[in-house]
Amino acid sequence: MSSDAPLAPLDAAVLRRHAREIRRLTLTSIHQAQTGHAGPSLSMVEILTLLYFRHLRYDPRDPRAEWRDRFVLSKGHGAPGLYATLAHAGVLPREELGSLRRLGTRLQGHPNARDLPGVDASTGSLGQGISIALGMALGFRMDGRSNRVFCILGDGELQEGQNWEAAMAAPALAVPNLVAIVDRNGFQSDGPTESIIPLGDLGAKWRAFGWDVHEVDGHDFHALDAALTAARTSPAPSVVVARTIKGKGVSYMEGVTHWHHHPISDPELAAALDEIEGSPA
Amino acid sequence: MTARPTRDAYGHALIELAERDSRVVVLDADLSRSTRTDWFQARFPERFFNMGIAEANMIGVAAGLAAAGKLPFATTYAIFIGRAFDQIRQAVCYAGANVKIVATHGGLAASYDGGSHQGIEDLALMRTLPGMTVLVPADYEQAKQAVFAAAAHDGPVYIRLQKEDVPCISAPGTPFRIGLAERLVEGRDVALLAAGALTAEALAAADALRGEGITAEVINLPTLKPLDAAAVRDAAHRCGCLVTAEEHSITGGLYEAVLGALGGEVLAPVVPVAMQDRFGETGPWRALLARFGLDAEGIRAAAREAVRRKRALGGS
Repeated sequence: MSSDAPLAPLDAAVLRRHAREIRRLTLTSIHQAQTGHAGPSLSMVEILTLLYFRHLRYDPRDPRAEWRDRFVLSKGHGAPGLYATLAHAGVLPREELGSLRRLGTRLQGHPNARDLPGVDASTGSLGQGISIALGMALGFRMDGRSNRVFCILGDGELQEGQNWEAAMAAPALAVPNLVAIVDRNGFQSDGPTESIIPLGDLGAKWRAFGWDVHEVDGHDFHALDAALTAARTSPAPSVVVARTIKGKGVSYMEGVTHWHHHPISDPELAAALDEIEGSPA
Repeated sequence: MTARPTRDAYGHALIELAERDSRVVVLDADLSRSTRTDWFQARFPERFFNMGIAEANMIGVAAGLAAAGKLPFATTYAIFIGRAFDQIRQAVCYAGANVKIVATHGGLAASYDGGSHQGIEDLALMRTLPGMTVLVPADYEQAKQAVFAAAAHDGPVYIRLQKEDVPCISAPGTPFRIGLAERLVEGRDVALLAAGALTAEALAAADALRGEGITAEVINLPTLKPLDAAAVRDAAHRCGCLVTAEEHSITGGLYEAVLGALGGEVLAPVVPVAMQDRFGETGPWRALLARFGLDAEGIRAAAREAVRRKRALGGS
């Protein structure tokens, strides 16, 4: 996984199987913990799948290898989705997912890079991940290293001004190795983003700051892949504005505000797993 | 005695450091001509990043650079540290990132800019953060050595520097040892515990006190965290009363750190020389020190008060 060779043709059926498993692990761990953010985890599952099973270069047996690409989950509350992905990718022991949010765990409520190999930045206080990712990309570029840095941002967290400080700085710092992906699910903790502080035309905003912008359906592997592939050769930092559905894959969670953060009951889990099992391959 | 600003020491130390350590990179938030990082920029332009007027992003980028193997020095004024407090907490300290944060114009030094620009809360903010080392060097040489010590230390370090000339009291080349106090003058009636620019004021106060029959120890505490608690307790045992002297709010700085070090186990009056619970104002730096009682004269008055309280308690 360390080569920079051209990518093989995309097999969406395989990726969909990975995504199903990541959804299953995410929901099971949140159900076990009886706390955690299901909606914001589910909206980015296709993005995580495509990163960890196609675009990111890393070795699951050596998750701190210097040559690896870096991944920053700026929307740190999506931690259950990230942990499920790391477990499915073999970075984390699968049985450890049961320790989510429990006393003494490495699986903190929000990702903690100090304790958990495979997590490259400690996040959770929103709006900070893009700056950290920018610094990483700058460091690699200075040393002529080929490491790329990917950062998933929530759309709600774009209300934090620090994102726009970083958006302004990145083109000036010449970091073509930086790729931001906005999980544009349209919701934040208290409700729809556009009913709180509207984010408006995000593509236009990033474009105005000098980024290479791709706007795609964030659940469409082919569209996401085309954007991430284009980002590999872009001379500018790239941003993928990925239109997603909060709670994607579990119909009773989709677009429902309280599933931002809510415990999952036994029957709810059973219904969710049934639906995921029955989803098209 | 010559006098130099400790910010100049930073400018010089960065260049020396960068010559022997290729990891060193420097960030500034549009204050490079005042913080002296422009000297570094002139020598190592490819290792200098002016991040603009955006402290939060600067700290995050510094954390990312550290994660990529660099040794970043992020620089601004002490007053603006508060603008990036959450970033320093989350991206630097919580993550354990090897980032050095250097603030010039600490205390009242941004004197003519007025109370809006005088950083008198920064040490309190930085002290609260787990894993943060907090250094407040007393003079040019100590500041230079503090920069080297910070670079050699693996983990977050905050260094607070001065804009104005302060007397050079340290011998050149004296290594800076993080966590250790330095006894500059011996005495038995009162111990003056000082950090930063007020160390020289404490020395002057000790001289003046001798004329009135009070012998004062002077102890420099250039590491505010971890504080040399043993040195503080020893001084309290030896002298029976203490004065703390800092160019900072009375809340959360040296005074409270010293009270914490005594922990109620050592009974000795402690009289603070610090900004009371108030903001500063515009004026010449030395005049401001005098106005708020932060000069040798203020320390001398505090020492008399400490000795009076000690004697009232039955001490000798």
